[in-house]
Amino acid sequence: MARVVFTPQLRRFTETPEVQTSATVLRQALESAFEANPRLRGYVFDDQAHVRANVVIFIDGQRCDDRTRLDQTLRADSTVHVLQALSGG
Amino acid sequence: MNDRAWVATRKGLFRLQRSPDGWRIAQISFLGEPVSMVLPPVAAGPHRGRMLAALNLGHFGTKVHASDDAGATWHEVTTPTYPEQPAGAAGPAWKLQQIWSLEAAGGTLWAGTLPGGLFRSDNFGQSWQLVRSLWDQPERAEWFGGGYDVPGIHSICPHPGRPDELLLAVSCGGVWHTGDGAQTWKLRTQGLRATYMPLERADDGRIQDPHRIERCAARPEVVWCQHHNGIWRSADDALHWQEITAAPGSSFGFAVAVHPSDPGAAWFVPAVADQCRVPKDGALVVNRTRDGGETFEAQRQGLPQADCYDLVYRHGLIVAPDGQSLLMGSSGGGLWATFNGGERWQTLPLRLPPIYALRFG
Repeated sequence: MARVVFTPQLRRFTETPEVQTSATVLRQALESAFEANPRLRGYVFDDQAHVRANVVIFIDGQRCDDRTRLDQTLRADSTVHVLQALSGG
Repeated sequence: MNDRAWVATRKGLFRLQRSPDGWRIAQISFLGEPVSMVLPPVAAGPHRGRMLAALNLGHFGTKVHASDDAGATWHEVTTPTYPEQPAGAAGPAWKLQQIWSLEAAGGTLWAGTLPGGLFRSDNFGQSWQLVRSLWDQPERAEWFGGGYDVPGIHSICPHPGRPDELLLAVSCGGVWHTGDGAQTWKLRTQGLRATYMPLERADDGRIQDPHRIERCAARPEVVWCQHHNGIWRSADDALHWQEITAAPGSSFGFAVAVHPSDPGAAWFVPAVADQCRVPKDGALVVNRTRDGGETFEAQRQGLPQADCYDLVYRHGLIVAPDGQSLLMGSSGGGLWATFNGGERWQTLPLRLPPIYALRFG
């Protein structure tokens, strides 16, 4: 089962459950997390279901530069980190 | 409501309370978070007492919070969301960047946004609908950004006596009017002029940059406009605009405050010019007219008259229902108050974050 972990910075706005998912691609894994807390979707995705410009996603330590397709393959033991990019102040 | 005010800033929302000694901070919400706009508690109607704050989180996007107890506690409500963007759609991405204006009228909430969409909510933020009748106007293709990379609706002026009638202003996209509850829209820009455009398009209504428009509450057909190219006034609900050229020093600025009962009285805060957006000679001035723009007085008493480089942005100048109490806040975090129409101003002893919006109520 892949694991999806959200930045603790999000906890001041909404709940961030750590999700174990059988999803094999990134978007499915994120959708699993949004099922656990639907409000998370708007914090991670913009209106067009793209990853927000100042959110960054890592899969097993590798940064995902794609923000629209989100079709990266996950392994059964993958860890997805959803973090804030170091922009803004 | 003359004794309570709200200051939306780059780092939180501050509630001010007026006491015999002047204004003081009574409450802070969302400390550290950008608050782009606030709607004070609604005075009447089905949502009486409820208020909204629009956050613009640097990482996580725009969010809307509501309060039923004047900001003591908040809960998140739904954020306006643009529908799926059709493939090949021209213009800016259909993605909410910021809520720039919030108004309540007749039980309906209106939210003006960057990149130029108007949203309405009939259940106080539980759900929002993009007003397609405006978003789908062919003229929107000519809009462009003014102050931001994308167009935005910064002024929404409900008609106090006619709930189906709104005026709104777009930077840069002109002044728009609806008289049928936002089913249809017409440009109302006759008389406005844009010198930042090629000469043959100076009168084009679709590209005018009204920095801010505001009605006179008691005489709502009178509308004042601080435009990119100067000051204008309309006496017929924005059908025709007359340029006002008598303001001393400069007619460039962003904000306008209109006296709630005297349609001839308004306040403006001049900056040097488009290309130099600071007070002239480092001296902060408020220009007031009381005769419809025939003459102005430059108010300086109590305002810094040396080494001041504050800019008062669109939503940084407000007048209370009493017509005498004003607040002025700057993009540098300066805050000034007057209780006599600006005859004398006082600097509040605060160092606030950059101020995005002020509201009484």
